[in-house]
Amino acid sequence: MTTMGVRKTPAAGAARHTQERPTEWRDHKRYLWLMGLLVPLLPFMAWGLVEATGLGIFWWWGPVVVFVILPSLDNLIGVDRLNPPEEAISWLEADKYYRWATYAYLPLQYLSLPLACWLWTSGNLSTVDKIGLAVTIGCVSGIAINTAHELGHKKDELERWLSKIALAQSAYGHFYIEHNRGHHVRVATPEDPASSRLGESFWTFLPRSVVGSLRSAWEVESARFERLGRSKWTLRNDVLNAWAMTVVLFGVLLGVFGLEILPYLLIQAVFGFSLLEVVNYLEHYGLMRQKTGERYERTAPRHSWNSNNTASNILLYHLQRHSDHHANPTRRYQALRHMDEAPQLPSGYATMMVLASVTPLWRRVMDPRLLAHYGGDVTKCNIHPRKRAKMLAKYGAAA
Amino acid sequence: MTRYVCPVCEYTYDPAAGAPREGFAPGTSWADVPDSWHCPDCGVRDKIDFEELS
Repeated sequence: MTTMGVRKTPAAGAARHTQERPTEWRDHKRYLWLMGLLVPLLPFMAWGLVEATGLGIFWWWGPVVVFVILPSLDNLIGVDRLNPPEEAISWLEADKYYRWATYAYLPLQYLSLPLACWLWTSGNLSTVDKIGLAVTIGCVSGIAINTAHELGHKKDELERWLSKIALAQSAYGHFYIEHNRGHHVRVATPEDPASSRLGESFWTFLPRSVVGSLRSAWEVESARFERLGRSKWTLRNDVLNAWAMTVVLFGVLLGVFGLEILPYLLIQAVFGFSLLEVVNYLEHYGLMRQKTGERYERTAPRHSWNSNNTASNILLYHLQRHSDHHANPTRRYQALRHMDEAPQLPSGYATMMVLASVTPLWRRVMDPRLLAHYGGDVTKCNIHPRKRAKMLAKYGAAA
Repeated sequence: MTRYVCPVCEYTYDPAAGAPREGFAPGTSWADVPDSWHCPDCGVRDKIDFEELS
């Protein structure tokens, strides 16, 4: 209690800016944000390309765009470090256009899923084609988790509800709870299942984060119901009601299209949440909040990897301006800022996802960057416990 | 009555209203909110970081 400050001017923060549009400044990304809607259109493009060319390979259009075209665009277009001026922030956040640009993802997402179910059962696709389409749909459901992430951080009940709907397709509804009340609290500490560690490959991190996040979400909601003095086995439990949405969604699709779509529904869900987990992997790799007494130091810009690559930032609603997001989690995407003091990734998330899947390549690029961030002091990193001795021996001499 | 505000996102705890969804009934004093509780909106500040708003 002794650390508590006294605020003399009520809601000083809210009164800091006016919501008037600044006259001199224009948001050059304003209409580019609509490009994010190309993602849920990928399955439609895939279908069109297959129809136009007769080539079944285009059912794999989703991963081609995400893992080949997007990284290329990131490296071709380069970076954008511009921030909106401080006086424009309030106006930017209040402009409802930006939130509608994210809401629009959902109807397209849930048009592409039944389209895929119809295509899977049409009798015109080989098994390889069907798997390709499932992976393309998985790109939609995975990047839908990014849309859900943007919506789930907001105080508006409608946006929180839309967040859970967007998560239903990847069966990752518990993310809504775990991310906001688990990950953001414990980020860049060994206790956080969703912060990756020095020496930990993506393939080791993936099961740890999937299982740990599930457990964390369940514990967060269990603790809330314990305080309420009620049973947690109710649809008021946000983990259970989010999962119920998946059960209803998959149930309806299986009822309409038959059991034969089940393997593809599962492939798209697993691919979707793995896409989220690879992004989790690269956001905080090896970064660590140091302890000051009993508590960890507060989350600061230095505890997240950032990127200003324009193409990935447009498609992922500024997710790569991750330090500002962790400092101000309820801030809307269009107002997130580049921070000079934040550690920078060598390229956009799209390129880094590909790198993360090839462990030796990732380690070669990222380990030296991480060590440089800590001035060569490996003991300041969040080290994978199983690799601790090895990492200390390898980098300890430089400390 | 004194209210308590999250310095990051301005979520405000008013003891008169409590936070029923969080398990704190109306009338729950600030002292009865556990120290391990953190801001339910942004998650990045703990109870002990909250500022008094009188």
